[in-house]
Amino acid sequence: MNTATFSIITAAVGLAVMALFHWLSVDYAYFAGYTILQFIVLATAWNILGGYCGYVNFGTAAFFAIGAYSSVFWYKFHPLPIPLLIVLGAVVSGIVGLGTGYLTLRLRGAFFSIATLAMAVVFQTLVVNWDFVGGSRGAYIIHPENFELAGLKVHYIEYLFALMLLLAVIALATARTIERSRLGYGFATIRDDELAAEACGVPTLRLKLIATTLSGAFMGMAGAPFPYYIGYLQPQSAFALDYAVNSIAMPMIGGTTTWVGPLVGSILLGSAQQYATVTISSAVNLLIVGLMLVAFVIIAPNGLIGLVKESLRARRRS
Amino acid sequence: MDISWDLLLNAIVAGLLLGGFYAAVTAGISISFGMLDIVNIAHPAFVILGSYIAYYVNINLGIDPILVSIIVLPAFYALGALVYQVYYMSFERRGQESLRGLAFFFGLLFVTEVSLILVFGVDYRYVEAAYIGPSLHLAGLELPLRMLVPCLVALATFGALELFVTRTFLGRAIMAVSQDQLALQLMAADPIRIKRIAFGISIALASIAGALLIIIQPVEPSVGRDYIGRVFAICVLGGLGSLPGALIAAFLLGVVESLTSTFYGPSWAPAVSFGFLLLTLAFRPAGLMGR
Repeated sequence: MNTATFSIITAAVGLAVMALFHWLSVDYAYFAGYTILQFIVLATAWNILGGYCGYVNFGTAAFFAIGAYSSVFWYKFHPLPIPLLIVLGAVVSGIVGLGTGYLTLRLRGAFFSIATLAMAVVFQTLVVNWDFVGGSRGAYIIHPENFELAGLKVHYIEYLFALMLLLAVIALATARTIERSRLGYGFATIRDDELAAEACGVPTLRLKLIATTLSGAFMGMAGAPFPYYIGYLQPQSAFALDYAVNSIAMPMIGGTTTWVGPLVGSILLGSAQQYATVTISSAVNLLIVGLMLVAFVIIAPNGLIGLVKESLRARRRS
Repeated sequence: MDISWDLLLNAIVAGLLLGGFYAAVTAGISISFGMLDIVNIAHPAFVILGSYIAYYVNINLGIDPILVSIIVLPAFYALGALVYQVYYMSFERRGQESLRGLAFFFGLLFVTEVSLILVFGVDYRYVEAAYIGPSLHLAGLELPLRMLVPCLVALATFGALELFVTRTFLGRAIMAVSQDQLALQLMAADPIRIKRIAFGISIALASIAGALLIIIQPVEPSVGRDYIGRVFAICVLGGLGSLPGALIAAFLLGVVESLTSTFYGPSWAPAVSFGFLLLTLAFRPAGLMGR
């Protein structure tokens, strides 16, 4: 199946879900669905670097928040349509990803991870001190009640949902294409044995930089519409550690080697969290995510996809 | 800019005191990350756990926080040994420490933080002790005991650790593990056991660091995150595995942070450590006293 067919099928599935929501006409479905789609984009983006190359990025929140705050900046400066904001968010986050990668990736992998972790703190410091985008007080983003384009009039949340759906399709299609291309094989050699790859003439630094840039750009894209979704953005919510832990836990629980893993992980964990937030409390649901992450990396290192593959193999053998 | 010398001098002294405390927080990381090559990003979470234990006992029984941290040392040591055992069995033995090991520690960090939030809430907590409040005044210098006591305790701990690592058999074995695990095995020492002990010690040090932290500032569960950047910056800047290097780097970071917060405002201080880290990584990855 080539990329175009894959994209069309994924988009068709997404549109079917959207049609179902429209028919239900419950706005909450869009709010919940948006969060899950956002996690699909974040988890897939994380997995491009983490799962394919084996480099752990703890700074998802930073890239996400950079995307979100670039939108806030433009909102205050001169409001632009959201699709354009998404592109701008992607560019800024991508550049930040490239820069961090360039400074740290020539060294052992752990340094990159530590740098990303520290980076989240620093960007938060910058935003807190930057009054133009609201500083520590936060910023209000007011959007119209409805979105209108060429006579079509839908609720604004429906429009945001559709945009995020599009982003999720693009992210998944990109991840899947990478997996089957030269680039993906290059990434896999880095993950398995970087020294050997280097010795065989794989341009590891360049590949790693491509991965950090792509991954950062997608995280920024996911963040760009966020201020419009939440309506009021403050540094603490944009830089919340929840994004980092979720975007690591979801691929780890689903399985990191293919695009299916982050998708399965985000849908499962994302829906479970939506359910737990409503019924129990948001602190408890984060505890559950953390415990599941620890449990999965210990017990099922290849995630759910790995478990399924193993059981299939076992059945075939017997 | 018109700089007042008094202010500058006070800022430098405050920075040195702060640096001493940073050295205590970094000591544990210097062992786990510097010597054992275990990227324990959950270390600051263990430090916060130490703070909360000191707080809890101090408030309920009125025992001095530093004393509490020394009493619970064995418990922290055991916790560290346990964590290492799990880490070894699940990741190191399978050669998966880079990706899953990191995720494991990140999970631990997160679980500890959220558990503390669930138990104690997000309010700032502080301890009570005789030396919190008064200051020594020396020729225009102000030395708050709240900072001086932790700094001295930290230096004592650091000194003891340096002696332990360079003078005792076990300490030298730990240094040996960091250099050549195979050679150690040939000397009939079990590297896994040595590493377990070393990791236990590194977590035990978090208990002391935790008590010092809650003396210096009120603590809430997520302040640990601010220290992740700092301790790794110090550890890398000092040169991995070099304790004297870490001490110098800790003082350096303390002074620069103190100058930043005195002249530019405290909200900029967290950015300093990251700048340090990035500059070190970009220009001198081996650190100040690197091998």
